Formats: sequence, C-alpha cells, structure tokens
Amino acid sequence: MQFITAVLTSLSSGAIYALMSIALVLVWRSTRVVNFAQAGQAVLTTYIGYEVIQRTGSYWIALVAAIISGALIGAFIDRFFMRPIFKRVTSGPIVLIAPVVATLGLLGIIQAIIGIVWGLNIQSIQTPVANDGFNVNGTVIAFSLFNAFVLGTVTLTMILLTLLFQKTNIGLALRASAYSPEIAKLSGIRVDAVRTLGWAIAGAAGGLAGMLYIPGASLDPNAMDILLVFGFIAAVIGGLESMAGAVAGAMVLGFAINFATTYISTTLVFLTAFAILILVLLIRPSGLFASKKSRSA
Amino acid sequence: MNGLIVNNLTVDHGAIRAINNLSFIAPRGKLTAIIGSNGAGKTTLLRALSGLKDVKNGSASWNGKSILNARPENLARTGIMHVSDGKSVISELSVKDNLALAGLWQRDKKDVAKATQEVLDLFPRLGERLQQSAGSLSGGERQMLAIGRALVARPKLLLLDEPSLGLAPLIIEQIFQTIKGLSTEMGLTVVLVEQNAMGALKIADIGVVLNLGSVVAVDNAQTLLNDPAVRAAYLGF
Repeated sequence: MQFITAVLTSLSSGAIYALMSIALVLVWRSTRVVNFAQAGQAVLTTYIGYEVIQRTGSYWIALVAAIISGALIGAFIDRFFMRPIFKRVTSGPIVLIAPVVATLGLLGIIQAIIGIVWGLNIQSIQTPVANDGFNVNGTVIAFSLFNAFVLGTVTLTMILLTLLFQKTNIGLALRASAYSPEIAKLSGIRVDAVRTLGWAIAGAAGGLAGMLYIPGASLDPNAMDILLVFGFIAAVIGGLESMAGAVAGAMVLGFAINFATTYISTTLVFLTAFAILILVLLIRPSGLFASKKSRSA
Repeated sequence: MNGLIVNNLTVDHGAIRAINNLSFIAPRGKLTAIIGSNGAGKTTLLRALSGLKDVKNGSASWNGKSILNARPENLARTGIMHVSDGKSVISELSVKDNLALAGLWQRDKKDVAKATQEVLDLFPRLGERLQQSAGSLSGGERQMLAIGRALVARPKLLLLDEPSLGLAPLIIEQIFQTIKGLSTEMGLTVVLVEQNAMGALKIADIGVVLNLGSVVAVDNAQTLLNDPAVRAAYLGF
C-alpha cells in the first residue's frame, strides 16, 4: 500500500513540475532564454485567482481567470520587455546575458508588486475538492481526490497541448519558428507574433500550475520559487528542447523525490532534486531524453 | 519599370563592406545569374534583398515598389521568396510540414493544396517521402524541398542562394534544369546566386559578375560564357 501511495503522489507532484517545466521549455526553445520570471508570473496569476475566489467564492471561475491572465501576462512580457531587449541588444557578450538578467529583474519586480498589493502575509486557497487522503480498507493513504484532480487536469492539458502542437497550423508555426526562425520568416510566418503566442501558452501553463499547487500548500510572493527550481531541473533532465522530455523529466523528479521521502527520510526533498540535477549534468548533459539530432549532411 | 532593380546598394557586414555601391537589373520573367568567388558578397546581397540584413545605402525595387526596410515575412507574402543557402529546410520537421510552411498564412487553402500538388508533380521524389523528416533526405532532395517550399507560395520573384553547393554533378544538372524551367515554363523571375559559374551561366539569360562586393561585368549570359577575358579572370577556365 505504501508503494502504491508513493507512486500516486509521485505522479501528482510530477504533474505539477511538468507544467512549470513545459512553460520553461516553451520559452527556452523559441527565445533561448531561461525565463526566471516564470515563478513571478505564475504566482501573480495565482494571486489573481485568489482575488477572484475572495470576490466570487468559486475556485472554478478563479481557475479560468488565472489561466487567461497567465496567458495575457506572458504575452505582455514578451511584447513589451523581451522583444525590445532582443531588438536593442544585438552584439557582444551581453547578448547572451541581457535577456536572462531581464527575466530575473522582472521576477523581482513582480514579487515586489505582489507584496505591495496583497501584503507579505501568507494566504491560502481552499482545495475545490476534498484534500483528505482516500480511505482504503480502513487505512488513510496520502493521496486525495484533489491529487487525482491535479493528475487528471495535467494529463488533459498535455493531451490538448500535444494536439495543438502536432495537429494544427498554429502548432506547426510554433514548431517551425522555434526550430528555425529564419526559414519560418522566409516562408512568410510572422515569427515575432508566433513567439508572443508561445510566451502566452507558457504563461497559461504557469497559471494553471499555481492554481493546482497552491491549494495544497500556501500562497506568498515566493510560493512558486520552489516550483521554478523543480521545473527547471525537470527541463534539464528532459534536455530543455522537447515538451515530451520536460514531462518525462518532471516524472523522474517526482518519483525520485517522493520515493526518497517515503522510504528514507522526509528531509531529502532538496538533496534528491539537486543530486539528480548534478548527476544528469555530469553523465548526460544533453538530457536523458534528448532526441538524437537528425543527420545534417 | 518591371523586374528587380538594385541601385547603388551598399551593405556592411560588421566592420567590413560586403556590398559596395552595387547596381544591376533582373528583368521580369528572366533568369539572372549572379556569379563570383567566395566572399564576393553574393549571399549578403540576397539577404539584403529579402529583408534579413540591414542596408547601409542605396535602393532596391520590385516592379516599381521599394523592397528595402521591409520585414522578410512580409516580402515573402508579397511573392518574393528567398531560398537561403545550406539547403534551407527544417530538419526536425517532416517533408510534408516543410512544404506546408509557405501555405500557413494563405487564405485560399484550396489553392495551397493545388500548389502543393504541382510541387509534388515537379519533384515526385518528395511525394514518396512526405512523412519522413527533412533531415533524413539526401542533399539533392533537400534542395528540391527548399525550392518546393518556396513554390507553394506561388512566388513572383525567386532568390536562390547556391543551390548546387555540395551536390553531385548529376544532381546539379537536374536542379539547374528545373530552375531553368521555373523561368522559361512558369514565367518566374529568378535571381540565381552561384559559385558554379559555368553551370549557372549556361542556363541563365543574364549574367552578373561580382567581385569584392561590386559588379565587374554584366551581359547576356552566353556572351559572358564566351568572353575570354571574363573566363580567365572570373570563371577560372
């Protein structure tokens, strides 16, 4: 029973890491930027969700509001911060540094604004469904209806994202603009607009992650920082380039952390996460799931 | 005036002047070959014309409308298609998806389907490999795919950068004959940039010889081919 519980909790925490990981990969492969602001974007949209709950009492309306505002904030950041930075900074070593530093700056600004608007007190969001562990033959296990809801929602999101990317024209434009912006432009694709759309999708995924993670935890301006770290580790495990790799990496991380804490010690969360990161970087820096590059001859 | 008119164009490549006060005309419906050795500025010229590279000075127009300072995606949408060097296909995408790129933004999807079918009729090899990734194609097939992708947009002006680069002689001959057909049978205006001067001049109507970013000779392609001075100095045979 302990084993099955560990598997289930691994899946549901891995699912939330996967959302953050996908958000980071989407931005990385289209702009070559590790978007540190993602933690701020996600927590800001969760605060917006919190505010909607205060006013309407409905988690479900808040969920939709968080996803939509996440998309809008992502698009806004790309359009009004990242695009001008890429346009102005065109040469020298600063080219590689400037955009990443800009996302760090944005992270600080967003968290400061949250502090001003909502204060630094810890808030909470009620889970929309029961968060008590299921009772199996008289034993209460560490997996709740809310965990099942998280797992189901993320699975559905992954299916929808896969369909969007693989089966639609917009998905093809997103992939082409990520693989080769120049060829995409020469084919008549508005790469700048497509990139903004990618930031919007990433922002929406972050907003969803916040609304799925915070109800089981607590809400403060730094509440999503830990998920940014785990999402980033998952993305690195997955090779940074592919969404499937990001999901697989998130699951590896989810299983490692939950099995280590279940069977060894509850103090092992960070040690496990960072040990895996270092191991992957030492053994397979291109990621465990990096696809072999097509031959270029 | 119809066609592509480039006037006193100057383009810098960092601190280096890649194109210096360059002028030429590529008449509508004709095949113009731009030849010259490595570093003559051929690739930079095409990148400037398709909006990928900023221009320092001068003008360029297509059928009377200026094309400088426009975004590459907008030029592509008006029918100016640049097939860049390095067999410009996206290796990670399938052949089918590569062909679809130039049709994504077009309203008339029926015509896109028709244009795609015409490309597959022109290059039957691509039709056999639609689901394969473009990265798995041979060099010649990649070049066919790169040109085919451009043709799906039904371009008016085709800018081709070194389509013969790295291909076997037999394949080069095929590709050159196809390019000639685009101009003679389909009426496209083609600007063909080539290091393979002999092959390019043989199929071209007009030849432009470039050296160190400037035009050193312009003439009927056949005349250039037979001019001993040009042959010795620039064609190397």
